[in-house]
Amino acid sequence: MTQQLILYPLLLQLLLAILLMFFWKRIGAQRIISMLGSIVHLGVSIGVFAYIWNNGTQTIQAGGWEAPFGITFIADTFAITMVLLTSIAGLAVSIFSSGSVISDRLRFGYFPIFHFLLLGLTGAFLTGDIFNLYVWFEIIIISSFVLITIGGEKAQLEGAVKYFTLNFLASIIFLTAIAVLYGLTGSLNMADLANKVAAVENRALVEITAILFLIGFGIKSAVFPLYFWLPASYHTPPSAVSAIFGGLLTKVGVYALIRVFTLIFVGDVFLDQILLVLAIFTLFSGAVGALVQNNIRKVFSYLIICHIGYMIIGLGMFTEVAIAGAIFYLVHDILVKTNLFMISGLIYRIKGSNSMRALGGFYANYPKLSLLMFIPLFSLVGIPPLSGFWPKISLITASFDTGSYWSLAAIIFASFITLVVIAKLWAEVFWKDAQEIPVRPKFRYYHKIKNIKRIQIIVPIVFLSLVTLYVGFGAEHIQTLATRISSELMDNQQYIDAVLNTQISE
Amino acid sequence: MSTLILRTASNYLLPVLLVFSIFILLRGHYLPGGGFVGGLIAAIAFVLHAFANGLDDTKNLLRFHPGFLMPVGLALAFFSGMSPIFVDQAFMTGLWFPEPFPVIGNVGSALFFDIGVYLVVIGVTLTIIFTISESA
Repeated sequence: MTQQLILYPLLLQLLLAILLMFFWKRIGAQRIISMLGSIVHLGVSIGVFAYIWNNGTQTIQAGGWEAPFGITFIADTFAITMVLLTSIAGLAVSIFSSGSVISDRLRFGYFPIFHFLLLGLTGAFLTGDIFNLYVWFEIIIISSFVLITIGGEKAQLEGAVKYFTLNFLASIIFLTAIAVLYGLTGSLNMADLANKVAAVENRALVEITAILFLIGFGIKSAVFPLYFWLPASYHTPPSAVSAIFGGLLTKVGVYALIRVFTLIFVGDVFLDQILLVLAIFTLFSGAVGALVQNNIRKVFSYLIICHIGYMIIGLGMFTEVAIAGAIFYLVHDILVKTNLFMISGLIYRIKGSNSMRALGGFYANYPKLSLLMFIPLFSLVGIPPLSGFWPKISLITASFDTGSYWSLAAIIFASFITLVVIAKLWAEVFWKDAQEIPVRPKFRYYHKIKNIKRIQIIVPIVFLSLVTLYVGFGAEHIQTLATRISSELMDNQQYIDAVLNTQISE
Repeated sequence: MSTLILRTASNYLLPVLLVFSIFILLRGHYLPGGGFVGGLIAAIAFVLHAFANGLDDTKNLLRFHPGFLMPVGLALAFFSGMSPIFVDQAFMTGLWFPEPFPVIGNVGSALFFDIGVYLVVIGVTLTIIFTISESA
């Protein structure tokens, strides 16, 4: 039973979703199952992570069909780290949802769908088959369509249409890319593809396929010219939904980009240049976009785009140090972005508004909460001991090493603008005198809800802040992890060997 | 659509179509058919019944909400996929009974997976169609 270990996070998530469907009408039971299940899931993920850390990459051939023909599941350090982060963010958002999302929304199967979304994410990280990756992406976007439209407010539906259209387009492009790749090589197994793509003589067609993948994943991860759906939709659903979207959905696109461009399409200078240029523009446009916004959640949405640039720039430079920086940033970003959207939800619950101009006086009225919010906000900026600082060192070192001074300039510019944006937010929301906001009679304000709900809102924020603090102060551990991941990624032969030389269990 | 002919016919067609759907389900391992198609045919049987006799009649006939079939089917498929893990084989490996059964033939975990799909498809299709016709 231990050899199936890496599937357990996946199967557990599926089991939870099915179990929750049996309790379709009983929201109280759903809350408890989701919460307990997420805690168990975190435990399982930590266990599997420890196993992979000690024993190296593990693979499973589903149904016992041999590698290039069957569907492979593979957990290298990168994949399992992402699974672990998913379950951390999943636990936080699960608790947060049961505190902050009103039961009129929960009635429509919020929790089962939420766990289907986590299932899709876990599957996407663990699969070793490119078509299977597409299937997991479909599970992710179908679940996210439901989550983004639950409640059916006008603004929500408007955002959902934009979200749906572009993500659907991305799926079609991704599928086309798979079809072309299959036509070229006759294989769908990623390790097998890595071998076969390298041997294809028609390099122009390979490059075009790579560009198709870049566009497909680029839309999903919101890189420069393809990001417009994100700020148009992420501020519309309940903040619990935005939290899981902001934390993980764009990152699964980044994961797929990193995976495909370190494994299948390797060593193409032209592609690396394109990635670099895109990353620089992403950093620039995301940062400038965040400057002019007033709604807190829109500010965070633009910051998501901006910070995707850091990961893509690391991938574009394609040295071990740069990719380590990108991975470290990915770890930091998932935790912080999830937390920031939950914080915007907390602010909304307290004041009934997310407009920076209308808000104010938080520090005077809620000093403890303000200190709590200080942690993720300034981790995002990267004030030295906090977590956003460390990956930038790697990225800046790498851009010196590769002599790409434009990247260097973009990294520093984006950091600076992030600082300006967060400082502005801090001054407006926390330091400015409290403003008169008209009281909404039916709104469930923070001071009106029951204590248990308040705990459910605060605990996940504290939890993620603590994890963020660990990432900042225990940066050495994360750096070791990131270095190990990047050395595994740079040496794609070990991935290929792990998949193709597996003994079939009898 | 309350014509006498359709109403009378639907009473006979319902069991026939259900038996046919099970035949398609069992046939599906090597030949065209399987859980998905079988489930659709079974759903069509109920939809036809609803056309002829009205939605409430069909709901009484079903006794429970068709949405309930979704988690049941998913659970069945899930555990049939899990079953090889308990005997130390890879996830989703087909396990087979050594001797074929009369009428049905060889029975293995794949059959239960297909039955799961069958139930999910019935559940999803009927839930969608009932919801649409209720709100129309």
